[in-house]
Amino acid sequence: MTATVTSEIVAARRPLVRRRSAIPGFAVTMGVTLTILSLIVLIPLAAVALKASEQTFPEFLHAAFNERALTAYRLSFGAALIAAVINGVFGVLTAWALVRYQFPFKSLVNGIIDLPFALPTAVAGIALATLYAPNGWIGALFAPAGIKIAYTPLGVVIALTFIGLPFVVRTLEPVMRDLASDVEEAAASLGASRFDTILRVILPALGPAWLTGIALAFARAVGEYGSVIFIAGNMPYKSEIAPLLITIELEQYDYAGAATIAVVMLAVSFLMLFVINAIQAWARRLGQ
Amino acid sequence: MTISIRSVEKTFGRFPALNGVSLEIADGELLALLGPSGSGKTTLLRVIAGLEFPEKGQVLYGDQDMTYTSAAARRVGFVFQQYALFRHMTVAKNVAFGLDVRKGQAKPSKSEITARVDELLKLVELGELGKRYPAQLSGGQRQRVALARALAVNPSVLLLDEPFGALDATVRKSLRKELRRIHDATGVTTIFVTHDQEEALELADRVAILNKGAIEQIGAPHEVHDNPAGAFVCGFVGEANRFEGAVKGGRFKSVDIELAAPGVADGAAVAFVRPHEFVLAPADQASLSIVTERIAPQGAVVRVDGATPSGQRIEAAFARQSAGQLQPGAKLNLSADRAYVFSA
Repeated sequence: MTATVTSEIVAARRPLVRRRSAIPGFAVTMGVTLTILSLIVLIPLAAVALKASEQTFPEFLHAAFNERALTAYRLSFGAALIAAVINGVFGVLTAWALVRYQFPFKSLVNGIIDLPFALPTAVAGIALATLYAPNGWIGALFAPAGIKIAYTPLGVVIALTFIGLPFVVRTLEPVMRDLASDVEEAAASLGASRFDTILRVILPALGPAWLTGIALAFARAVGEYGSVIFIAGNMPYKSEIAPLLITIELEQYDYAGAATIAVVMLAVSFLMLFVINAIQAWARRLGQ
Repeated sequence: MTISIRSVEKTFGRFPALNGVSLEIADGELLALLGPSGSGKTTLLRVIAGLEFPEKGQVLYGDQDMTYTSAAARRVGFVFQQYALFRHMTVAKNVAFGLDVRKGQAKPSKSEITARVDELLKLVELGELGKRYPAQLSGGQRQRVALARALAVNPSVLLLDEPFGALDATVRKSLRKELRRIHDATGVTTIFVTHDQEEALELADRVAILNKGAIEQIGAPHEVHDNPAGAFVCGFVGEANRFEGAVKGGRFKSVDIELAAPGVADGAAVAFVRPHEFVLAPADQASLSIVTERIAPQGAVVRVDGATPSGQRIEAAFARQSAGQLQPGAKLNLSADRAYVFSA
């Protein structure tokens, strides 16, 4: 019997910190991200909640849900919803025209759509208020019929529609462009009418992007301040939006009251974010 | 359903896509439209489907003039190159679509549709996958769904645009056999477009070869391969060495080769010799000599790459036994068993 010689293979020591990925820079980028997020977003939001919690609970409830605040929420969310739906309808048509057809000055039209993104909101507000005032170019057309646009909730809807338009158009555009024309031809070759093709093939395929665009326009409109205050008239219980109410309470040194309304808006915003993400997750599941 | 195409012309802007194409497709036939890209083969298929309309000429289904009938009214099954599946619908819904959009009397009942979908999914061997979404399928499976969807409407003709173009080689081979099987099982007149000659020759009953918007030749696969009607077909179908020269008194002469060319008019001409039609010959009987560069055994044959003294590349193939001991760098004397010579 011969003795077996075992050559010992020394196992490599496992590193103390396990590498997560071959791509370098995780620690640095994550660190910077968290720091910025905390400084810019999380700490201020926490401060708002903290300020609101300085009151007793009944005080909080009163500040959050008194008659004036409730009308302001109703106007803010209601007008934002109406504006988002209007943008949903016209956004589809606009995106369709931009993606499907060639027409003169197309790139100019394309640029104009982004204007609400780029324009200072106060400028938009002043322009809209001037146009839609009873003696303005457009307002004068409606004044004889007794319809007042500026300084009423209707004016708020118009301002919110203005700032929300690009969201629907820009979310729909890439999806529409990807929607190959062969899908429509496939539907036609299978005997579907033009109407059936739009209803059963095109719109459902656009659905997730469309809802996302509407939700984004809605979220943006809920928080809009600059363009609205010029055209809204800002009458309490009538045409006063929630963000303005916050400003008013701040000006009256009612910090807790302002923070309370802010907390309510914050909660709704989180809800909106959740909805948008849910829509996007659903769209991802439907496929590339 | 017999399909007749009569002197169809179609231009895109100033580019003529179809230049007076005429074609008869027999009932139950499997026809391949073969050609290089830009030859008009896809346009012809789309004209037959009613997705494009010709400027001149007629498209007849049986004895019915369908030239300007919309695709929706033609009852064709069209399989698109990228499948064009409806992403937001399950596989079963995709297949059922053509029946679902029918109106009133023509619309089958729910249970009839379900039964038809099940039957078709079984035919394309996707029985279990009805509830999946297209995104959850492989390329080959999507292709089968597209095929089942097109067949669901009992089409009078099945049209396929580059049906295997986007698939990898193994899947392509097996789907090719599958299409043949499905065609034989359903008996539906089928036309498919391809740029892959192997695919056309293996699968089709007849092959129509298109070039620059016109049909160069129509015939059974062995006909177009063995008796090409012209220089284009000869060079496009199968492999061939091409020589440019001239014919004088029934002999073709180029710098490198001399061949018999009976019945070809005097003047400039091109000659083709297929690699396997070269044979090794004694020096005094050879029609050309090459210096071998690469020798590659491939199954029963040995492929030889070489060049003539004037620098033209030559490909030849010999049976293993006759190849003997070939060496790279050696000089080989070849003669051609068969050559195709066409006036240029």
